[in-house]
Amino acid sequence: MRARTVRPGMNFEYIMWIFTRISGLALILLGLIGTTGAFILGARTQMDLPTLVRWSFFPNPNHVVNSNIPDVAIGWATAYWQIMQMLLIFFAATHGFNGLRTVIEDFTGQSFFRPLLRGLIFLLWMFALIVAIYVILAS
Amino acid sequence: MGLNRKVSFVEGLKYQGGGPMIAWMLHRITGVGIVVFVGLHVLASFFMQQVGSDWATWVNTVYESWIFQIFIAFFVIFHALNGLRIAILDLWPKFLMYQREALWLEWLIFLPIYGLTIFILVQKSLAGG
Repeated sequence: MRARTVRPGMNFEYIMWIFTRISGLALILLGLIGTTGAFILGARTQMDLPTLVRWSFFPNPNHVVNSNIPDVAIGWATAYWQIMQMLLIFFAATHGFNGLRTVIEDFTGQSFFRPLLRGLIFLLWMFALIVAIYVILAS
Repeated sequence: MGLNRKVSFVEGLKYQGGGPMIAWMLHRITGVGIVVFVGLHVLASFFMQQVGSDWATWVNTVYESWIFQIFIAFFVIFHALNGLRIAILDLWPKFLMYQREALWLEWLIFLPIYGLTIFILVQKSLAGG
């Protein structure tokens, strides 16, 4: 295992380093907002723990269809929660795929494969975002 | 400044880093695990809705089992709490003086939260839910 070569200053690695910290804190905050919102909407009597956690990770009505919520379209499927889902998926996908890039590049170092792997991870990131936004807008 | 350490994998295993090293390793393992888990879940849900394929339904059935949920709860709760510790220590470097205590505090917060999660999951599975 070889460490990556990183130059100091305002560059891509530094911006992603800061972004990882900020987005990590943002994800915890968004998770708390999701949990609190679910309880305000009546999760205490209508959800079990896994369903509540699924809503916290991704507050999409499709995530809670197999619960005791009578009509999921009232309250649970609004523009507010759509914006929350988009923020959450953007932070989560970027944080996750950048973390994957960091781990991979710690093992490969400076090599011929680095641009190829970066391109592959970028495509996966785009794919995840497109699928997620399709799911958010279609439900 | 170029940072280039040449340490072989076997030498790396001999390094006695203690608690912080274990937290670092677990953070990486859980992070990659979550990327794989969420990526597969997105793919599986997409194919289950659009095509109704068998393997996608099987993946989501595995995800709903309580044994899998015990594992994924560890991955997510540990990654979130350890990430919180890293973010606080990195954004306010004055607290680095207390990094050992921060690690202990992290495990002290982690254990009751994770223990309660396991308790609820096992209780529910024993009740046949």
